[in-house]
Amino acid sequence: MELLEAIILAVLAASTPLLLAASGELLVERAGVLNLGVEGMMIVGAACGFAGAWATGSTFIGALCGIFAGVALSLVFALMTLGLAVNQVATGLALTILGVGVSGLIGAGFVGERISTAPRLYIPGLTTLPFVGKILFGEDAFVYVSLALVIAIWYFLYRTRAGLILRAIGDNHVSAHALGYPVLKIRMFAVMFGGGCAGLAGAYLPLAYTPFFVPGMTAGRGWIALALVVFASWLPGRLVIGAYLFGAVSILQLHAQGWGVGVPSQLMSALPYLATVIVLVLISRTRSGGSTAPAALGTVFVPDR
Amino acid sequence: MQLVLEKRAERSTVIALVSPVIAIGLTIVTMSILFVIIGKNPIAALNVYFITPLTDAYSLQELAVKAAPLVMIAIGLSLCYLANVWNIGAEGQFLVGAVAGSWLAVKTHGTDAGAWVLPAMMLLGAMAGALYALIPAFCKVRFGASEILVSLMLVYVADLLLDYLVRGPWRDPAGFNFPTTAEFDPVATVPLLFEGGRLHLGAAIALVIVIGAAVLLGRTIKGFEIRVVGAAPRAARFGGFSSNQLVLLTFAISGALAGLAGIIEVAGPVGHLQPGISPGYGFTAIIVAFLGRLNPVGILIAGLFLALTFIGGEQAQIAMKIPLDITKVFQGILLFYVLACDSLILYRIKLIMPQRKVADGAT
Repeated sequence: MELLEAIILAVLAASTPLLLAASGELLVERAGVLNLGVEGMMIVGAACGFAGAWATGSTFIGALCGIFAGVALSLVFALMTLGLAVNQVATGLALTILGVGVSGLIGAGFVGERISTAPRLYIPGLTTLPFVGKILFGEDAFVYVSLALVIAIWYFLYRTRAGLILRAIGDNHVSAHALGYPVLKIRMFAVMFGGGCAGLAGAYLPLAYTPFFVPGMTAGRGWIALALVVFASWLPGRLVIGAYLFGAVSILQLHAQGWGVGVPSQLMSALPYLATVIVLVLISRTRSGGSTAPAALGTVFVPDR
Repeated sequence: MQLVLEKRAERSTVIALVSPVIAIGLTIVTMSILFVIIGKNPIAALNVYFITPLTDAYSLQELAVKAAPLVMIAIGLSLCYLANVWNIGAEGQFLVGAVAGSWLAVKTHGTDAGAWVLPAMMLLGAMAGALYALIPAFCKVRFGASEILVSLMLVYVADLLLDYLVRGPWRDPAGFNFPTTAEFDPVATVPLLFEGGRLHLGAAIALVIVIGAAVLLGRTIKGFEIRVVGAAPRAARFGGFSSNQLVLLTFAISGALAGLAGIIEVAGPVGHLQPGISPGYGFTAIIVAFLGRLNPVGILIAGLFLALTFIGGEQAQIAMKIPLDITKVFQGILLFYVLACDSLILYRIKLIMPQRKVADGAT
């Protein structure tokens, strides 16, 4: 029972950065923009988040620094793809290449430093409940924020007028423009939101997951988050399931090594990536009838006046 | 006041020619500012980065050695990008090619195998790279899975495979437990072009590939099909070109070239298989492809330029203690400027003064 509790706690922790980054990207893609730079924004978020927390000793300030870094990078992306109508795939790749370099530059001075990890919730009486106590009432703030974020995005997309407009823009920007909606402005806000989420997801890694900064510590999580959005068929609810499944796969490798399973550790480390490929194939296959992707996803829009 | 894009009636050929130059100029300005921010003299830093490597014969050879894999990979990628499919996993195909070719080098190590070993290694490397690239291509045409994500995920897998092999079955027993294979035999090593130099056969192979790609794109039906499928998919359908077949073909070619670059790198400058054989050639080649305008000759020039950033970055680290990561920042910024300047080929930026408000006030 204690082992199961430990595993669930570890899965939640491993899933949270995926969920944070993927939910931001889901909103961006729903607005019709494909930002492949999630990995780049995450890794800069991780470096800035660590720098902020190291300088101030506050997890909260660190998280804000991560969000800010993600938003700043996403603005570069917005300027390029929305302002200059540049191909979104190429720009996203550029953002990732730049992000890896910038994070190395910022983080170079912090390698080997330690900070205290994010405090965990403690409610007397509830957190001490057997088994469910720690899982439900003993997490760090990021876990609760990530779940609240998914609910908020669901509410925004399906229960508000602004969400309806955003989805309309993602499905047909020409019609939305003809109806008088500011396509580029709304897309810019969506991209900034996605950047903030990716930055926060990156900051989670050094602030709550491990108490130190390692160059390249996102290890492809940004790309997995992109795959999760496809897995979720662009639906917020399924994103939660997907993120926790992937978290479970990445935790499996740690525990399998602990149990002394006789497979090379590299094979276990490759599991999340292989799982992503398999999931992408399966999900794309079952959808062969018609794609659920936003119809205008990844296409440039230049308003005619 | 507002800036808007206006579509040009036709592509601007002037901007198409000067845009890479403008992009490089803007990058250098941005980098100078960055050098000031990190407290280094920008003139001295730019000198170490771009001028010093061009002033001695050793560095010039090193430039060609670093440019060879970049050009080979970028030529393959440019075919994919021309056909509008996104292979971004060239780094993985590079590593798998290196692994497959090294297998033969490890198996024949210490035997009296003849001169057939190196050509066979290159063939294995190219085939493995092609097969590895066909995984995302097949997933795309058969299942509709995103080739971008699948090809990228396979980079991590290839990296772990290489790591496993050199730490496990292929580790040099006499290597003091370092994660590396034994040094390749002379018959498994890419020969140098000049005795005592650094320049090896790989650079010549890269040149041949550039010419081959120029012929393919400019003089053959297949090259025409690739360009039509990318530029006008509807017209390609009417023309009866199979876009699925071209996805598989372009991925196979680019994977083969990346794999070949991988085995040449291992059997040439490195001399044995070990982790970290690539300083990110597969990703930098994406920038080379775009900076070279997806044109074989352009890619050759762009490859030399980006090779310069690798060498300049290493020298700047030694001479001025500038972190190596600045090279990646540099490459990222360069790609941004290249893409932004390319936008001006298709659009013109117009400044709109707030006249409407004045008119509203008058009525």
